Amino acid sequence: MLPEFELLMPRTLPEALEMLAERAPDGMPIAGGTNVIPDLRGGRYRPACLVNVAELPELGGIRQEDGMLVIGGGVTMAEVLEDPLVAQWVPVVREAARTLGSPLVRNRATVAGNLANASPAADMAPPLLVLDAEVELASREGTRRVPLKDFFLGVRRTVRQPHELITAIRIPLPPTNARARFFKVALRKADAIAVINGAVRVDLGDDGFCQTARIALGAVAPTPIRAWEAERTLEGQSLTPEVIAQAARLAAEATRTIDDLRGSAAYRRHVTEVMVRRALEEELWSPNSLP
Amino acid sequence: MEPKLITLNVNGRTHQVALKPNVTLLRALRDLGYTDVKNGCEKGDCGACAVLLNGRAVNSCLVLAWQADGAEITTAAGLGTVDRPHPIQEALADSGGVQCGFCIPGIVISAKALLDRNPNPTEEEIREAISGNLCRCTGYTLIVEGIRRIIESENQ
Repeated sequence: MLPEFELLMPRTLPEALEMLAERAPDGMPIAGGTNVIPDLRGGRYRPACLVNVAELPELGGIRQEDGMLVIGGGVTMAEVLEDPLVAQWVPVVREAARTLGSPLVRNRATVAGNLANASPAADMAPPLLVLDAEVELASREGTRRVPLKDFFLGVRRTVRQPHELITAIRIPLPPTNARARFFKVALRKADAIAVINGAVRVDLGDDGFCQTARIALGAVAPTPIRAWEAERTLEGQSLTPEVIAQAARLAAEATRTIDDLRGSAAYRRHVTEVMVRRALEEELWSPNSLP
Repeated sequence: MEPKLITLNVNGRTHQVALKPNVTLLRALRDLGYTDVKNGCEKGDCGACAVLLNGRAVNSCLVLAWQADGAEITTAAGLGTVDRPHPIQEALADSGGVQCGFCIPGIVISAKALLDRNPNPTEEEIREAISGNLCRCTGYTLIVEGIRRIIESENQ
């Protein structure tokens, strides 16, 4: 049995923002419920009030505008997987969405919810970090945009204020020479939380030198992280096996892993180095791979 | 925490029920007598409570009943009965994919959602489609075999 709570059912975004403002800090948004309901049942939190934001008309759809791909705050993983713009521009987002939960979960879980929940293992965080995505937060007072790299504060903590709602995730359209890959190590092939996950992105110039590099890692620190030192090692360089190996070592050094039921700190660190190295090698050896 | 009157359209029947906000769709369906929707883990891991919600397969334990107000819901029993089984149900029974049977209503729903979108799935696609449905009896081999049989018989 779920604990008791009040449930507000707004029909429009302005109505939802009004309710969140009036109830702050006690109102909690719920969309697909794939995190919120298990957490309510498990007693992780007991909000006095839930505000249902599933299917708000303003939060639907994925669109391309002004050099950005905009994923609405109500878009589910299943919708991401079916969307032609995602497949065309940011297949790395698709790769990650494919591994999140199961089809039953992906039909409800939203991209915005995956970020708002701020699990260190959130599968959507690494690909969106390497794409320099930003989170659009709306409130009764207005809208602000936060780079995803500044969004997470700690385990299950973000810069989102209780009266704010994620209305979109905005991704700058990557340049045509960008290549990105997602990786995930988990205890089973499907329906599993990551032991570690991550994404790498490399934009190679015509001269073969790396112009831009991004490495993002999950489940290896209190929040999803960027491996800044490793990125700097790659940028401006020809990506020889030695440079890649050095970047992978630095990526492992950027982690602050812990032991838990899914893996030990030492294993996580080791497998991070291996996965980053492999992902970078694969990018170089498959010139036709899509971003 | 006042109950509210909502409408649930289940297997072609319309129910008006007064429910409190903390009632899940799973609980509401079972209380209405749709006990083919199984109560397993209650956290979206096992898939035993899967139903079609406006054509999409979901875990009904993760949907609040109020969120399903006015929606079209299909349970496994809505697809076919013992006397007139759906081809998916028949194929699972014939293949020996059913042992204790607890996971089967959820498997039937996931298989239906798969075949509605992709009438000719590969074995990998079948396995992915039922990856949110835990079976602790069979090891899945005969369940996958059963779903494959439907495709083969429909392709003849």
